[in-house]
Amino acid sequence: MLLAPTIILVGVFVYWLIIENFRVSLTNQHTAKPSDDYVGFSNYTNLLADPNFQHSLWNLLILTVVFLAGTLVFGFLWAWMLDKPAKGEGFFRAVYLFPMSVSFIASGVVWRWLLSSLQTDQPGGERTTGLNRLLDSVGLGFMQNDWWSNPTWGIAAIAVPAIWQLSGYVMALFLAGFRGIPEELREAARIDGCSEWKLYRHVIFPQLNPVMLSAVIIIGHMSLKLFDLIRAIVPDANTYDVQVPATMMWVKYIGSDYADAAAIGMILLVLVALVVVPYLMYTSRAEKR
Amino acid sequence: MRRRLTLIAAAATLGLTLAGCGGGGETPSGSGAPASEATGSVGVFTWWADGSEKVGLDALVKVFNEDYPNLTFDNLAVAGGAGSQAKSVLAAQLKAGNPPDSFQAHAGAELQDYIDAEQLEDLTGFYTENKLAEQFPKDLVDRLTVDGKIYSVPSNIHRSNVVWANVEVLKDAGLDPNKPAETLDAWIADLEKVKDSGKTPLAVAGSWTQVQLFENVLLSSLGVDGYNGLWDGTTDWKGAEVTKAIESYKKVLGYTNSDRDSLSDWAPATQLVQDGAAAYNLMGDWAEAKFAQDGDVAGTDYAYFPMPGTQGVFNFLADSFTLPIGAPNPDGAKAWLTTIGSAEGQTAFNKAKGSIPANTTAKTDDFSEYQKSAIKDFSQDKIVSSLAHGAAVPVAWLNELSTAVSKFGGDTNVATLQESAAATAEKFGN
Repeated sequence: MLLAPTIILVGVFVYWLIIENFRVSLTNQHTAKPSDDYVGFSNYTNLLADPNFQHSLWNLLILTVVFLAGTLVFGFLWAWMLDKPAKGEGFFRAVYLFPMSVSFIASGVVWRWLLSSLQTDQPGGERTTGLNRLLDSVGLGFMQNDWWSNPTWGIAAIAVPAIWQLSGYVMALFLAGFRGIPEELREAARIDGCSEWKLYRHVIFPQLNPVMLSAVIIIGHMSLKLFDLIRAIVPDANTYDVQVPATMMWVKYIGSDYADAAAIGMILLVLVALVVVPYLMYTSRAEKR
Repeated sequence: MRRRLTLIAAAATLGLTLAGCGGGGETPSGSGAPASEATGSVGVFTWWADGSEKVGLDALVKVFNEDYPNLTFDNLAVAGGAGSQAKSVLAAQLKAGNPPDSFQAHAGAELQDYIDAEQLEDLTGFYTENKLAEQFPKDLVDRLTVDGKIYSVPSNIHRSNVVWANVEVLKDAGLDPNKPAETLDAWIADLEKVKDSGKTPLAVAGSWTQVQLFENVLLSSLGVDGYNGLWDGTTDWKGAEVTKAIESYKKVLGYTNSDRDSLSDWAPATQLVQDGAAAYNLMGDWAEAKFAQDGDVAGTDYAYFPMPGTQGVFNFLADSFTLPIGAPNPDGAKAWLTTIGSAEGQTAFNKAKGSIPANTTAKTDDFSEYQKSAIKDFSQDKIVSSLAHGAAVPVAWLNELSTAVSKFGGDTNVATLQESAAATAEKFGN
């Protein structure tokens, strides 16, 4: 009985809206004029055949891979370093975790400036700002690049601020994982003559697997849904270089192409579900055990 | 039925009174009382949130407050380039059946979506009452009329095919600011000269300003009839003429600043010309207000001329205001529209914004030199509708073409742009 209000609220505002969204995605409502003519799955097939949408899916893949790899590597390294008894652990923990407290929109405004594509050796190069200016002034001018203004790899530059913000969070997850491993296990392994590498390979890493999986799921689904950071860094929503399904949905929506926007929404939902549902199944099975 | 049931459920759950929802059509478009007796507040939705646009809006509100002391003006402005942010907010509000009393929209094809969705009141009667049709140029009224009905009151007219130049930079490059290029090819030669002098030849910003540049290169290369034909289907997008035009666009784009996509809006691009970092900026004539506000003087600091190859053509766009169906205060909205259409309102607004009045009876004696020249041009030039500002094609068409133009900025593949533009025209054209 006590659950009823929340069930109704979730039912209406989540599940019914998903159904309604799915219904719109099957119509031909491509302009503001209301239309309820059903066209089956043709919006989906058209979208998947659209090179622009394929490009946005490709961008999404690059973004997710880079974002995941970056946060896992940095998160693990920091956690590993902090796990060793060291002075000022609390201080460094706070420093690494701090970027997470900034909203994507706020940090995006700063990163727009940092990731400016102008380079010092280009016409107008004296106006160069941000990272390119920094690289140039420390003698690493050859490393300047056009960041996100590149149709193939530009999206990877968007992952840089995302990694910067979320690595600390992954670090916190791993740190909790490290602390959860009883000291006796390590000692037992050492007594058995385990080398330090083998200790990690056969004792620590297997114990960290559940943490690793959680981190992959959390970061992975954030990456699939990433929208605000891109909107804040890239001034024009309709910028091809960094188009991902979430931004394309927005462009379609403001162009009153509700059917296509809804179809992209469904595709995104399925993609996120592909990541989250196996995880839920895994955890529920683990709990039963 | 299902939709209505769930709407009721949603309303009940939230305990909100969604009175406007779905019932928009039942609200009368006015109680019949004259606008001068209207009271309450008038919520007006615009994207004039800062810069010269805000100054213009403030000037307009001042006239409005004098005309209608019983009404209070409620500013619902949402910032963002060419209204792209505002339009999405507005779309959500209209969809939710919660319209403002009046909202800004570019006159022309952009209004079509709202008309199709039956979100706008027919203002033909309002035009007759206020004798507006006689005060606005016939060309303009024709472009506002859809199936014999008029749905908006234009507040101002802008021209998109204007090139702004920094006099000093041109002189340094050995160019005469008083003798601008007259053809596209001659202009490209000038751009090359500027490049040799070490400055950025042409400043441009993000996606929509690139579309604006693209449309004017098309206009210059294809001529008035060819350009108009792109939108009504009489010009073949796949033709050799269009290929040539896109190749010219590719050349022109090659002379622009490489950080174009990073610039937040049009103003930073114009600023590059003001700062002497770039020679030219193709921008709608709202740039004039920016030059004026920053204290620059035409002739000595900056020069302006029509996009080379488009002399005698006025690439037009106009802002206009509407009366949405279901507006909470329709009488107040009509009062606002009366001020917008009036000679006094138009004088106050356009003087500040740098545009020209749609109302031909508005006093323009103390307008700037540029504005006077634009008023003269508008009365004698051929008029075409701007693409980037929603005058030429509906929003969905513009969006797809913008994506293609944005993509072109990266790969500069002429064939791809031409193919996708042709496919888009086929999809949305009749």
